[in-house]
Amino acid sequence: MADLLRRIAERADPAAFRELYETYGPRVKAYMIRRGADAGTAEDLAQETLLMVWRKAALYAGDKGSMTTWLFTIARNLRIDRLRREVPWQELPEGRLAQASGDPQPDEAVAEKERQERVQAALAELPAEQQRVVALAYLEGLSHSEISARLGMPLGTVKSRMRIAYQKIRATFENLE
Amino acid sequence: MTITRHLDDATLMSFAAGSLPGALAAVAAAHVAMCGRCRGEVAFLERIGGALLGSLPQVAMLRPKPALPEFGGPQEATASPGEVPSGEVPPPLMRIAGASLDSVRWRWIAPGLWHRPLPIRGEGSLHLLKGSPGVSVPEHGHGGSELTLVLRGALLDSSGRYGPGDVADFDEGIEHSPAADATGCICVVANERPTRFRNLLAQLLRPWHGI
Repeated sequence: MADLLRRIAERADPAAFRELYETYGPRVKAYMIRRGADAGTAEDLAQETLLMVWRKAALYAGDKGSMTTWLFTIARNLRIDRLRREVPWQELPEGRLAQASGDPQPDEAVAEKERQERVQAALAELPAEQQRVVALAYLEGLSHSEISARLGMPLGTVKSRMRIAYQKIRATFENLE
Repeated sequence: MTITRHLDDATLMSFAAGSLPGALAAVAAAHVAMCGRCRGEVAFLERIGGALLGSLPQVAMLRPKPALPEFGGPQEATASPGEVPSGEVPPPLMRIAGASLDSVRWRWIAPGLWHRPLPIRGEGSLHLLKGSPGVSVPEHGHGGSELTLVLRGALLDSSGRYGPGDVADFDEGIEHSPAADATGCICVVANERPTRFRNLLAQLLRPWHGI
């Protein structure tokens, strides 16, 4: 995937873009639908997301971040932007946040691909009720209160499940060092 | 600026997920812009989004792929912004709050207390609040979550001091009535539900008498 990005960044290679588009377009479209967009809008937003990758490939090609994480941040920001233009959502320098913070990156030695796999594995190991809360926040875009209403559980329980899920996922990285 | 009060993990997760209500997201974005620690946390939490996105069942794209030349070529890499802003108003708030706290047009709401509603579409309400030294930020009778970010001066409460960049992120129902310290305080406050500041006059400010 890093190779596709490099080909886009260095040579504006349309074949590389096509491959990227075919691999990720349908996933981003699925994400937009989960966040409440109708099929047409979801496809528009998925196209915009992939075109953003095309335009900004150079920003990202040399980076060690994960492609899906970068795509997620672009898709998320576009969705928020479309929903409510007035939200002063910080234009996050996608994929470069950790570096921008100037903080030491203790897990730098671990390849980003492996990190992503670890997150995936840690997510899969969460108890179902924690997975549910995390998925409702990330994929359906529900706030704490909305999750609380959807699942019929107190707000405090929603928040504590999120915190525990986060701590567990983070802990799998701490064990690495 | 040493930031010691951060966003709660559940707030950070929802922020990274893109699912915080609008007003809360504005204050969270402002804190994250000021706080390297929370930027690192958000970067970590975004990986969860990447992992979930990668595992979604695909929904076929129906229209033809856009013709790329119409959209121009890839852009050159530009320098990463990355700089911690030096001004008092963090970049995510500048467009709606202005670039300087000295040019805010305050509205008096009670002795020693001024506010300025900030326009925000989406859920919740967003205000700048200015308190004279010793004046407390009153309870304002709302439900739902609230985030308070100090921009100038400091707030004090039973849990300690909140300086510029510090954020108060408490669960609903926790008793919390911070007061401006001896230099006064300007903060930005987001409420998940609308706040009716007119009612504040009825529950007038308690002068703050020291820890």
